[in-house]
Amino acid sequence: MTTAALRMQRQLADADISSLCDRVFVAQRDATAIPKLTDDYPQMTLADGYAVQFELLRRHMAAGQRQIGWKAGLTSKAKMDQMGVRVPTVGFLLADMFRPETSTIRTDDLVHPRVECEMAFVTKTRLSGANCSREEVLAATDFIVPAVEIIDSRFSGFKFDLPSVVADNSSSARYVTGGRARLPMDVDMSTLGVVMERNGEPVAMGSSAAVAGHPADAVALVVKVLDSLGEELPAGSFVMSGGITEAIAVSPGDHIGVRFQELGSVAMRFS
Amino acid sequence: MDMKTITQCGDELYDAWRERRVIGPLRERFPAIRIEDAYAIQLRMVERRVKAGETIVGKKIGVTSKPVQDMLGVYEPDFGQLTSGMVCHEADGVDLNGLIQPKAEAELAFVLERDLIGPGITATDVIRATAYVTPCFEIVDSRILDWNIKIQDTVADNASCGVFVLGAARGNPRKLDLQLAGMSLQRNDELHSTSVGAAVQGSPVNAVVWLANTLGRLGLPFRAGEVILSGSQSPLIAVGDGDDLVCRISGLGGCRARFHGSPAK
Repeated sequence: MTTAALRMQRQLADADISSLCDRVFVAQRDATAIPKLTDDYPQMTLADGYAVQFELLRRHMAAGQRQIGWKAGLTSKAKMDQMGVRVPTVGFLLADMFRPETSTIRTDDLVHPRVECEMAFVTKTRLSGANCSREEVLAATDFIVPAVEIIDSRFSGFKFDLPSVVADNSSSARYVTGGRARLPMDVDMSTLGVVMERNGEPVAMGSSAAVAGHPADAVALVVKVLDSLGEELPAGSFVMSGGITEAIAVSPGDHIGVRFQELGSVAMRFS
Repeated sequence: MDMKTITQCGDELYDAWRERRVIGPLRERFPAIRIEDAYAIQLRMVERRVKAGETIVGKKIGVTSKPVQDMLGVYEPDFGQLTSGMVCHEADGVDLNGLIQPKAEAELAFVLERDLIGPGITATDVIRATAYVTPCFEIVDSRILDWNIKIQDTVADNASCGVFVLGAARGNPRKLDLQLAGMSLQRNDELHSTSVGAAVQGSPVNAVVWLANTLGRLGLPFRAGEVILSGSQSPLIAVGDGDDLVCRISGLGGCRARFHGSPAK
């Protein structure tokens, strides 16, 4: 599937989008698992999924929340193959989802949280268009920071399909940044190693090449997806470029520490 | 507390500061004093200094380390306002004649190049809004008898602000490990103590995030150009005439504070 395919027609009526948004909103707020949306709406398309996500964003903004950027999902080849896609999904990030490094993060307001290590970008100029390149992303980057994303699918048993997961804001839940910020020209970010430890034991390892071949390419793909949705990336955006490792389940009492080559470490505890 | 009492306490603290003398702990005279009341008293004290000709140049964050939080039994930082009269320059040293019972702390200071208007401020927002970071000394001082403070007393007394000295280094937070940056502190050419950024709320950046969001909720401005003293990375050091302190932060540089004169107490 190419980005052009994202321009496919929606199949659901506005009333259905609104009612699906209600479902997702309540599931996220109350941390309750729901069946995947396509069980009731088998004709639901990816475009419908984004329509639900954007309605969700509109509601949060209307309630006074602040959007700080976007996350990329499904950026690894394994996940893309599994979902049968060739472009990442995107999900919005709100300031309320941020948690400070070394803080204790509640899990009682999440369904089944998992953690992933990512490289995050903060931009200084606008990025837009269907042909956004790695070079444009690097030129527009103010700095990069290491991040841990706490994803949480609101779907029972993490069972979902593409339209459902996109409607669920691509499983966005919380995120932590920390470690050492870097200027993009000071570090070769193509193959940075990462080790994630849970309670002192290594549970996941990888390198940044796992993210669409290069994390800046993943950000370029985010810009392309946004373009296909009629959006762009304004200056000052925060973008999480996608999981470098597989997602690891966390439980109350767990301590997660991630070491990033050249970028320091990020740690947190769960309660 | 009613407005009249708040104003009266703010004026008492202002007078004590101006006359270099101490007063008894407020909590003993007003046992019902809440932290909100204490911030209202602080605002009055600072307002008096501004009316007398000073300007607001920044903020300080206090109660950021585990030992101090344990001592006060408070697990949240506090803040005070920095005014133009508190600025000391490295070359001039610190004149103790203007202070009462001073103690020095080594810290990391942030200087903003953009406004930080909370709530909804994140760690990357803080990095983006920061022009540079620099090592600094905060010389805290208390207008409360014998430093006999609980959280309400210190908050009312402008978070025990005294004066501060900024180092000459200008570090870009976009390329520094502020969490793991080591700090060493020398007193009169001998190593006094060592620390690391993580001693401040896990990272000095976290302390500034807290401050931006707290000020946002209170409707207080937090503007480009302001200095933020992010919280002590060292134990409190009592200082006297002739003392010479140097702190160094790895990858960044140092700050020196030479003290002369005699405090009031």
